[in-house]
Amino acid sequence: MNQTISQTKPKSLLYLDGVSVSFDGFKALNSLSFVIEPGELRAIIGPNGAGKTTMMDIITGKTRPDEGQVFFKGDIDLTQRDEAEIANLGIGRKFQKPTVFESHTIWDNLELALNRSRGVFPTLFYRLTADDKTRIEEILSTVRLSARRDDLAANLSHGQKQWLEIGMLLAQEPELLLVDEPVAGMTDAETAETAVLLKEIARTRSVVVVEHDMGFIRELGVKVTCLAEGSVLAEGSIDFVSSDPKVIENYLGR
Amino acid sequence: MITSFLLKSLDRSIIAVVAILLGLAIAVPALNLLTAPDHPLHVPTYLVSLFGKYLTYALLALALDLVWGFCGILSLGHAAFFALGGYAMGMYLMRQIGARGSYGNPLLPDFMVFLNWKELPWFWQGFDMFWFAALMVVLVPGLLAFVFGWFAFRSRVNGVYLSIITQAMTYALLLAFFRNDMGFGGNNGLTDFKDILGFNIQAAGTRAALFAASALTLAICLVLTTAIVRSKYGKVLVAVRDAESRTRFLGYRVEHIKLFAFTVSAMMAGIAGALYVPQVGIINPGEFEPGNSIEVVIWTAVGGRGTLIGPIVGAILVNGGKSIFTAAFPEFWLFALGGLFVLVTLFLPKGVVGTASAYLARRKAHRRAADAERARDTLVAEPMAAE
Repeated sequence: MNQTISQTKPKSLLYLDGVSVSFDGFKALNSLSFVIEPGELRAIIGPNGAGKTTMMDIITGKTRPDEGQVFFKGDIDLTQRDEAEIANLGIGRKFQKPTVFESHTIWDNLELALNRSRGVFPTLFYRLTADDKTRIEEILSTVRLSARRDDLAANLSHGQKQWLEIGMLLAQEPELLLVDEPVAGMTDAETAETAVLLKEIARTRSVVVVEHDMGFIRELGVKVTCLAEGSVLAEGSIDFVSSDPKVIENYLGR
Repeated sequence: MITSFLLKSLDRSIIAVVAILLGLAIAVPALNLLTAPDHPLHVPTYLVSLFGKYLTYALLALALDLVWGFCGILSLGHAAFFALGGYAMGMYLMRQIGARGSYGNPLLPDFMVFLNWKELPWFWQGFDMFWFAALMVVLVPGLLAFVFGWFAFRSRVNGVYLSIITQAMTYALLLAFFRNDMGFGGNNGLTDFKDILGFNIQAAGTRAALFAASALTLAICLVLTTAIVRSKYGKVLVAVRDAESRTRFLGYRVEHIKLFAFTVSAMMAGIAGALYVPQVGIINPGEFEPGNSIEVVIWTAVGGRGTLIGPIVGAILVNGGKSIFTAAFPEFWLFALGGLFVLVTLFLPKGVVGTASAYLARRKAHRRAADAERARDTLVAEPMAAE
């Protein structure tokens, strides 16, 4: 298994091999290995405590693995970098709980997320250019928030906050997007629209979606990885994974 | 819509405050110097210095608001930066005394002669020149804030832990400056100043000029901080305050963002201290007292955190109250101050200025809605009238 995985490393976008991490003796990840190809849309499922969020923490530099390798674009070692560096390399992350800047307007949220120089002095003397304006307007219409651009983010509904956060990720222009439970707490209509939105986004970049909602994953219609107890249990199409006896026992059956 | 409107009204209020400060910078010295002492509008010199002192406190509160109001860094050690700026100015003023001290030593300040020191310590060199002292007024607090912030923000010390270590910082400085062998006059501090830039520090004209300088500096710093918080950097500051890890995952180096604001704020606090010392005539280690820094937080909270104008109003209100109160009922002042903080926290969480501007904004929105309704009514009424 490890041998086949290391052969895929050079042309992969994200490459995890034998990643383990434990907190106070509890093994959150246990020799986790998987690969995301450039342009891939991947869904990750698994029961609570399977290590889905920990995996995201490791990829984005919030947590350091005890052992194992994490490489981005073949040869960039992510375990040696911190959150800001990894974000600037082109990995965006959406949190489980929608996290936007509530006391800023929708527009300012996107302006802050826009992929521009993020140092103290460039931001201090930043002027909104025509290009930036067009880009923000584009994103506003993609996430269907054009009409509310001057409202405070605090006044958005739960689902709209989720979209705003996805919009902020788009503004970041990442090559890889990690999305944690994007449809939690959404209505059915919103869920369907989010699936369309994510598929649209995945046309130009790779997306990893962690989700519990099996209906939503079926709607996405992509390759699924099922995690349990910190490692990969099964991988394949949704029908293949959901008929796997181990998956049924560990996750679906419960 | 509402935010852009609020921003616009805030713009107008900043201009108004700057105009008031500039007006005071001219009017108060003029009323002090140009009117006879029995004239009804005469401002006595002691009041000029007292108001000047309030303005330096206002500048200190404004500096705190930049880090606390906009970046959520509750510094409980800002009076330390103020005191360091004050000491730098005090050292310049000591060197100006020259041979006029009690011991008549042309080089050494009195306390050094008293301690039997034979030569000027290295860190007192250069303070005979005003430009050097002025540079140290911003550099010393700025450097301390930079080094302190570098370690604290890089290790991601946040919230109440950061507040506690800022208290420890000011307390450590308090103990250090109390020691005679530190070379800063120990317990007594630095006092008995004679001249500043060649002018007699006691003269009414010098006092008036110091007042004008305080008002002018406050106005400049207000415009500067406004520009900072209105820039994209200012938006990042607020983003850090509200959702620090989101900001980090967007790719901002949160520690650099915080460090810049903290350093700029400490420099402003240092300038405030440097303007304070010549007006009160003394600087001693008591200025590092942890309680002093907490008082600055109270001024800021009373006036309105995160409003820039609020802390200025708060500092002047609370200190004006303190001057009146301590004269009338000296033993109750601390209870009044504590009670004020509790009341403001419970009933005016946005402070005086924050509450007032929210009220005005609401009233304006109401009026606009009413106007719109009236306009609609006349539109409906007019075609009927035409028929």
